[in-house]
Amino acid sequence: MSSLKKLVGTITVNIVALLTSLIVLIPLVVLFLNSFKTQGESNKMSLSLPKEWIFANYKTVIEQGKLVSSFFNSLLYATCSVLIITTVVAAAAFVIARNRKGINNIIYYFIISGIAIPINNVALMEVLKALHLVNTRIGIILIYAAINIPLSLFLSYGFISTIPREIDEAAVIDGCGPVKLFVKIILPLLKPIIATLFVLNFMAVWNDFTMPLYYLNNSAKWPMTLAVYNFFGAYENSWNLVSADIMLTLLPVLVVFILGQKYIVGGVAAGSVKG
Amino acid sequence: MDRNKLYPWYFTSGALIIFFLLCFLPGIIGILYSFTDWNNFTDQINFIGIKNYLEVFQGKPEYRMYIWNTVVFTTITTIMKTIVGLILALLLTQKVIKLKNFHRMIIFSPQVMSYLVVGLVFKSMLHPQTGFLNGFLNSIGLDFLAMNWLTDLKWVFPTVMSVDTWKGMGYIMVVIIAGLMSISPDYYEAANIDGANFWEKFRLITLPLLKPIIINVTILNVTYGFRVFDMIYSLTNGGPGNATGVINTAVYKEFSKGNYAMGTTLSSILFFVLLFLLYFIIKSMENKEVEM
Repeated sequence: MSSLKKLVGTITVNIVALLTSLIVLIPLVVLFLNSFKTQGESNKMSLSLPKEWIFANYKTVIEQGKLVSSFFNSLLYATCSVLIITTVVAAAAFVIARNRKGINNIIYYFIISGIAIPINNVALMEVLKALHLVNTRIGIILIYAAINIPLSLFLSYGFISTIPREIDEAAVIDGCGPVKLFVKIILPLLKPIIATLFVLNFMAVWNDFTMPLYYLNNSAKWPMTLAVYNFFGAYENSWNLVSADIMLTLLPVLVVFILGQKYIVGGVAAGSVKG
Repeated sequence: MDRNKLYPWYFTSGALIIFFLLCFLPGIIGILYSFTDWNNFTDQINFIGIKNYLEVFQGKPEYRMYIWNTVVFTTITTIMKTIVGLILALLLTQKVIKLKNFHRMIIFSPQVMSYLVVGLVFKSMLHPQTGFLNGFLNSIGLDFLAMNWLTDLKWVFPTVMSVDTWKGMGYIMVVIIAGLMSISPDYYEAANIDGANFWEKFRLITLPLLKPIIINVTILNVTYGFRVFDMIYSLTNGGPGNATGVINTAVYKEFSKGNYAMGTTLSSILFFVLLFLLYFIIKSMENKEVEM
């Protein structure tokens, strides 16, 4: 009797887990199937297989949706801002973690307060105007660097604190100055945290939608999120094309997610990833 | 060894300058501008005191609606994500579940998608005529459950909050699983010897030991909730009417209308609220290094 009860329990919890996964998966599967259907067939969204697989939908979307240029824009913004973030954050975290006294402590709290404090987008526009950065690629890259520095600094600070100071002392005895110590000795030890910073920030920038909405009004400079949003508006009646467009936008992050899973979950456990 | 020489302050200058110029400075300028009538239609900017704040708290009711919606959104999504995340974490750490890691990965995966894309996915899934959900409900004979999910005033806000939970629950689940793994199995063995049942073990061991983690995810969800923009903008754009408008969608609305002063006032209100919470946020983050 008790073993029967146990079996029923096992089956029940497995079904619950399966159903939850299905709730997450179904929307994506429906869109995937829809992206290969004809326009008429796609008007009724369902889990049925397409009668005929229309691969040309993807070709249409890539041409009409400006996906190639926006893909490279997104890639440019994400790569450049991530490079800036890792460079400035690694250097700052190193000095703060080693000597968290006086001014350094103030700088640390000042910067990590940015994890919670929202950006005032209206006033940021004024600052950008003063710096002549409105509607420029450099401007958007610097904004992305700025908004992602706080969390990155917090994560790197925690990591560098675990590297023993004896290493520094040995390096100094061997005649290293601060720059050489950082570049030659410390930086190579930071590989794991740099990988985490890279993946987390890359995805944060890739997925962002707010900043280009405010600060880029030239469609040639749009990243993928904004391109897909406008495509959605223009083709709201062609669900097959919209689905294909969404699929193509999702593809790069899913690839990064599958390749960088270890670092993402590591980053989640190490600190906190912004929602 | 001279610490200031070996660890020179100028190593922090890159991060400091970028953060100061593009995050801190706009916040301060924004607060100053919130006491003016700054707009797009005239170059003249006049000091008008706290008139903008009075307008928000005593003027047109839509402003108070935005603030109320933000508070409701934050509260409800925080509770939903924490409860669902906790249940999923408990479920997916049970020994009897097959393919645990597969389930975890699937449920976590929406976390890596952009809010905008999730919004568009659900905008199409929830379309009243062509969407998947209503089609599915009709096909299994539950027509009466098919709703105008994103246009019916009664349903739109719960729908938006559910979609947000769909995206966020996996992340909370992963954080709580990490917490569950760090609880020593000895406690449970001792409880088993004493004959404790599942509920007692959960209430007396799991929950107290998870408390720091639950506080952390709560704070994380609260800071997210107050700043929400992308999800609501792409799902409903604050509509129908102003039914789902929150502070940040209102800021964008005022910004695009050219009412800069009002936009920056609303943004500053958010700034003050989160500044008030900042102490708790930083404290909980610093504890986490020890806890996890």
